[in-house]
Amino acid sequence: MKDLVSIREISKENIESILSTAASFKAVLKRDIKKVPALRGKTVVNLFFEPSTRTKTSFELAEKRLSTDVLNFSVPTSSVVKGETLLDTVRTIESYGVDCIVIRHSSSGVPHFIAKNSHASVVNAGDGTNEHPTQALLDAFSILERKDTLDGLRIAIIGDVHHSRVAKSNIYLFSNYKSEIRLIGPPALIPEFKGYNVSYFNSIEEGIEGADVVMMLRIQSERMTKGFFPSTLEYANLWGLNRQRLKLAKKDAIVMHPGPLNRGVEITSDVADSGQSIILEQVTNGLAVRMAVMYLLGRDNEQ
Amino acid sequence: MSNKLIIKNGRVIDPSQNIDSVCDLVIEDCKISDIIPASANANSSAAVIDASGMMVMPGLIDMHAHLREPGFEHKETIASGTLAAIKGGFTSVCAMPNTNPVNDSATVTTFIIKRAMKRGSCSVYPIGAITKGQNGEELAEMGMMLEAGCVAFSDDGRPVMNALVMKRAFEYSKAFGFPLISHCEDMNLTANGVMNEGSIATLLGLAGIPRSSEETIVSRDIMLAEEAGARLHIAHVSTKGSVEIIRRAKDRGVKVTAETCPHYFTTTEEMVIGYNTNAKVNPPLRCADDIAAIKQGLRDGTIDVIATDHAPHHADEKLLEFDRAPSGISGLETALGLSLRLVDEGVLSYADLCTKMSLAPARILGLDKGTLKKGACADVVIIDPNREYSVSSDKFLSKGKNTPFEGMTLKGMPAAVVVKGKYINILEL
Repeated sequence: MKDLVSIREISKENIESILSTAASFKAVLKRDIKKVPALRGKTVVNLFFEPSTRTKTSFELAEKRLSTDVLNFSVPTSSVVKGETLLDTVRTIESYGVDCIVIRHSSSGVPHFIAKNSHASVVNAGDGTNEHPTQALLDAFSILERKDTLDGLRIAIIGDVHHSRVAKSNIYLFSNYKSEIRLIGPPALIPEFKGYNVSYFNSIEEGIEGADVVMMLRIQSERMTKGFFPSTLEYANLWGLNRQRLKLAKKDAIVMHPGPLNRGVEITSDVADSGQSIILEQVTNGLAVRMAVMYLLGRDNEQ
Repeated sequence: MSNKLIIKNGRVIDPSQNIDSVCDLVIEDCKISDIIPASANANSSAAVIDASGMMVMPGLIDMHAHLREPGFEHKETIASGTLAAIKGGFTSVCAMPNTNPVNDSATVTTFIIKRAMKRGSCSVYPIGAITKGQNGEELAEMGMMLEAGCVAFSDDGRPVMNALVMKRAFEYSKAFGFPLISHCEDMNLTANGVMNEGSIATLLGLAGIPRSSEETIVSRDIMLAEEAGARLHIAHVSTKGSVEIIRRAKDRGVKVTAETCPHYFTTTEEMVIGYNTNAKVNPPLRCADDIAAIKQGLRDGTIDVIATDHAPHHADEKLLEFDRAPSGISGLETALGLSLRLVDEGVLSYADLCTKMSLAPARILGLDKGTLKKGACADVVIIDPNREYSVSSDKFLSKGKNTPFEGMTLKGMPAAVVVKGKYINILEL
């Protein structure tokens, strides 16, 4: 693999190789000295055209744990404000001899565009409303840790699937396994995934029934002003995850959320902070998964 | 000395006179002078073009092109755009008004006409803006632009979103009889959409443009034109629903005509996969159903015209994030080849094709063209129907190399045109 731009376009073999490598790195992260020399001498640039705290921090720490040299490039300090094209920005950065570009951008398809035009490995850290591959991988890794398998599960994904790159990458990832994917939310936020085996629910009570995994998505208030739903109050009442609704899932169901949380909107605090919630484990696992991705790409894209 | 040209032994097709037979076309003093039975006799006093095995038709007329001048000369100029037109077999093109400044005054119209006379390779007919600055608010001086040479009016590139303004425009147009050409798009429904709404947009994470964005304004403008008793021409029909709405309107006698473009009957939204900005066009490429309906619409006469919506852009502008890249396809040099596929498929006859690409636009715009009748302006295209070629944007004469059809094999190529009596061998361009 040269790049990781999309889960939809990679093989199950690639997914499993990343997940098993992540398990080794997770072991490393439990050691006293958490740094390995795996990518010493390699340079990685974090190219973030959209504000991000957690994903960027996670990538940066993963890169440092692998002993890479890290460059951070974010919009307000960049040439982009001077009217430079994206491609020129990328080429300029590439000229420093960068081995890997981690990119987040508000336009879908930008990682593909850069991967096509760059020798460096490209890692998609979230593109528009398209994909967020490392999030899906860390979600899968977290589920695997808790459930020992990715097959035979009922996975309920609840919320704004339409605009969620997290949901989309997860749908593509789990379509490689014999698990049931249920999408739950108001109709305008639940698009049809043609060619993918998913089922669609407007009622959270119906959709969550018997779920092994309950994956909540962040609701952005911007969607409300554009008329996808009337108010956060109504959304919380009809599609928010609370203790009562969670009881409809399996007893040992786990609750996930990519963060940042809107407490009281898509998820109540008592659920988010409950023993069933693995939200903080997801964050920890994100580090191991991103180390695995960077390591495998670095190994495969030896110049 | 008479200025005489004979195009011999070609298959002459002229739907205006129901002619489809091998004969000789005689041109004298820039006018069609006669169509006579093919004869082997050489006429020593005339220049003779041997068109054996070729189709000879009235020059094609593109009623929908963006020539970009003034204001966007890095994309196209009247000089380069009309050369591209000639190469595509067009002897007349209509220039849409979304230039900078917008063609919303007689001054800009006059500039375009003068520039075309000086630097153009074919006839250019400006289309003026319906509203000042194409802002959709106040009517532009359509009467004076008409006097200056505009042949129709449109805010193409955007709709007149305010229905009352459009109603007033229709009412006003009746004083002159010109058609309003409607770019049918509800901007609220389009919102930030960049491709057809549907499963491919979902899989690419791109915002969709629903069919209803086009169809609601097609319906609205039909109602407004009907109420006013005015003439409406629907630009670039891309959906099955639009075809059905227009068909019903024609059935009840509304003065509506319609065009589609080759890309809408050739390819689908799948062309966008891989974030191919050369397949980004507005209205967007749709689905197989829509293609079938558009072909049916062309066959049954619901769609009167094939126009190019030639929208050249600079390569740098297409080499951007998909969201940011401008919409448009450089279409003048592929339109005939793509349309000839419809003849191959049996959707249209050669005569139908000639009607859609020449006679119908001439009639809609009131031009004395699109015919080989005696005395008509000598605009002719000679087509080699068997010549195969691969689309290569490098060879485009248009400055816009933005085509999704790169590498596609097409059959049937214009070999020569006669523009106002002047013979131009396209193969030498």
